[in-house]
Amino acid sequence: MIATNNLPATQQSTVSVAIKKMLGRLPAYPATQAFVTAFNLTVWKKLKDLDWDGLYGKSFSVVIKDLPMAMYFSVTEKGLRALKTTQPDVVFTATFMDLIRLALRLEDPDALFFNRRLLIEGNTDIGLRVKNMLDGVEFETLLESFPGMFGKAVMFARKKLQHRRAQ
Amino acid sequence: MIPIMDEVFNARNDNYYHLRRACVDMGQGDLCLARFTRHSVFSGVAMAGTLLELICPAGSLPALKAAIDHGADGVYLGLKDNTNARNFSGLNFDNKSLAEGIRYAHNKHRKVLMALNTYPQPATLARWQQAVDTAASAGVDAIILADPGLMAYANKTHPELRLHLSVQGSATNYEAINFYHEHFGIQRAVIPRVLSLPQVENVIRNTPVEIELFGFGGLCVMVEGRCLLSSYACGDSPNTFGACSPGHAVRWQQTPKGMETRLNGVLIDRYADNEKAGYPTLCKGRFEVQGETYYALEEPTSLNTLELLPEMHRLGIAAIKIEGRQRSPAYVAQVTQVWRAAIDAVKNNAEHFRAQPGWLAQLDKVSEGSMHTLGAYYRPWK
Ligand code: SF4
Repeated sequence: MIATNNLPATQQSTVSVAIKKMLGRLPAYPATQAFVTAFNLTVWKKLKDLDWDGLYGKSFSVVIKDLPMAMYFSVTEKGLRALKTTQPDVVFTATFMDLIRLALRLEDPDALFFNRRLLIEGNTDIGLRVKNMLDGVEFETLLESFPGMFGKAVMFARKKLQHRRAQ
Repeated sequence: MIPIMDEVFNARNDNYYHLRRACVDMGQGDLCLARFTRHSVFSGVAMAGTLLELICPAGSLPALKAAIDHGADGVYLGLKDNTNARNFSGLNFDNKSLAEGIRYAHNKHRKVLMALNTYPQPATLARWQQAVDTAASAGVDAIILADPGLMAYANKTHPELRLHLSVQGSATNYEAINFYHEHFGIQRAVIPRVLSLPQVENVIRNTPVEIELFGFGGLCVMVEGRCLLSSYACGDSPNTFGACSPGHAVRWQQTPKGMETRLNGVLIDRYADNEKAGYPTLCKGRFEVQGETYYALEEPTSLNTLELLPEMHRLGIAAIKIEGRQRSPAYVAQVTQVWRAAIDAVKNNAEHFRAQPGWLAQLDKVSEGSMHTLGAYYRPWK
């Protein structure tokens, strides 16, 4: 059970519980590498033309607090680069499901922040800039970067979660 | 003139945009336009044509589309610099996204308003004037201005461009609003969030200018636009830098005592684990005053005037504005959806209007602060 998630435990899909369990067992660095590789092969294509100047070389950490796991990476001109460990410029902390819901654009980051489900520490300006830049890219555009079947699966998952929110 | 107007309203009792179209269609463009775009529209007509438009915030193209798709009559947006009061990194529009946003909105017969609501400095005046030119050539439906110098420039250089008075202009009485109207052709004024509804009514009864009110979102009530608190703490004035409490000065940090938020090192608040957090604007901090720690200036609540909608409708408010250009498309979609439903309900049957609990719950979910307020609009003692 995710303490701060708004979904009751019974509604957590078995798939997401399974993914969480699997991720929770992985050591952080290879998991980050897997994430970074997948990211660079897919959405980076759609994101690389954004105004990243000033963000190159900055380091980020995403802490998935219910696994628990911390990923460290930096932004380069070729995409994200996994880091072993570092003193990051910005740290985002949230639960696994909230991060998924943020990525699927189902949740307003500020609302999560006000409700203490998202924590942004370190250089706030960089954190807000990344948030605003990503908000500026349409979800459909990002989706185009996934291979056919996978894109459909993402859309399916999004619809399911959206439906749950409406209930 | 009057029969023509009647016909126009019967055909398209909708909004200015349609009205202008209708006038042109009827071969009366010049005649009608002369009255509508440049001079006093007698208030009855202005009000009948534009009652309760829903104007929503757009910090990005996806937010703009979310607003339009969920029923906004218009959006307001700004350029990627300090010519507007939401100058946050990564936010706002460049020429390309502006053109696409306008195309998207106009295809669906909705309006795009551009906020140019900060104050130019002598050395940077050209940037603000250029922003006015950009707005005019891009084809926005109106620009929202605070600085009289800029109004004069816009009025002279682009006489066809519709001008709105920003809340940052801080005009709280009809004489001030009429002054802007007479001198610069201001056609709509956004009223600062410090007046009670009877005071708003007094303004409406005495001006030909359309009145727009804030309906929902974060509050900034300290003599809008003139507040110096943020400038005092971090050296950047909202009126020239374009942001109150800019991101570069903000720090959040989890400590053993709770989550601390600081503005340029100044401790603004410390939240226990179960408390809702807020953005560290100085006016909404908790400070120790004579041994007591409390919100010494203002409580961090969100404005929510949903239940005042029937009264706003009766008064003939031209538009309701939703705050939050710095917020995500998800926020814009959720808030626009609720307000569209509420405004439609009021227009259908104002007498039996009730703010539905589901609406309020959805708005509360995205609000800053743990409660919402009717703000200054509701002052029973007034
Ligand atoms: S400190 Fe508060 S009142 Fe002053 S400009 Fe900022 S938000 Fe507005």
